[in-house]
Amino acid sequence: MGLEAAFWILAVVSVGAAVAVVLCKDVFRAALFLVLSFFAVAGIYASLDADFLAAAQVLIYVGAVGILVLFAIMFTRDTRHGSLFNKQHMFALLFAGILCAVMIYCMVETDWAALVAGGNAEPLPGSGGGLTESIGDSLFSEDGYLLPVEISGVMLLAAALGGIVIMRDK
Amino acid sequence: MDIGLSHYLVLASVLFCIGLYGALAKRNAVVILMCIEIMLNAVNIALVAFSRYLVPDAVLISGQVFVVFVLVVAAAEAVVGLAIIMAIYRSRRTIDSDDIDIMKG
Repeated sequence: MGLEAAFWILAVVSVGAAVAVVLCKDVFRAALFLVLSFFAVAGIYASLDADFLAAAQVLIYVGAVGILVLFAIMFTRDTRHGSLFNKQHMFALLFAGILCAVMIYCMVETDWAALVAGGNAEPLPGSGGGLTESIGDSLFSEDGYLLPVEISGVMLLAAALGGIVIMRDK
Repeated sequence: MDIGLSHYLVLASVLFCIGLYGALAKRNAVVILMCIEIMLNAVNIALVAFSRYLVPDAVLISGQVFVVFVLVVAAAEAVVGLAIIMAIYRSRRTIDSDDIDIMKG
């Protein structure tokens, strides 16, 4: 019961904030709604027993990416025009609406329980206790994702250097 | 009615399509980048929901591991994308995607 109420509140907040990001004329307010949407998505992760991801979402998206976006807006804000739609926005709305309807139809009509070996989907063992340990095990073990983790570390370094080089004064 | 897998997947679809609409229809480059972040978040919700409901095994949590990698790539993308936008603003004094058309044939 509590989980259901939490899901509906978080879903409404995240979708409403995402709509506000698209519709808001003021870019700064749109960015603040984006942060609210990220926060609600972190709550969705928590309701799916993904506590590590909820914490990482708050730290990376709400903290780092949110601040970065606000920082970029303060540098480049065009207060006269704000955030406008372009000429193809009716076509984009039609396309997004059709895609949304098709995706919802597929998601609802597919019999997901038939894909699970044990019949109906059951909660993870040890749910509520958290899955951080098994994420760490599978990320840092030799037969897990150790090589992708190291490659992504190199990629983050390249992105940081690239950001500095692009922004540097000539 | 119990909250099941399809609830989370429908939420992810709706968020993805809102982000897609924004990314296609907005003129401000920063807002386009923000909408792409919304789309990445929607995909992450779907991955976590699949991992939670379709793989009921605490050892096989590939879905959540993929979300960690998506977070890393999204952070790198935000850094480089915003740096490019600010470099464009510095040289052309605009980030309106309709005005940045020097690659147009």
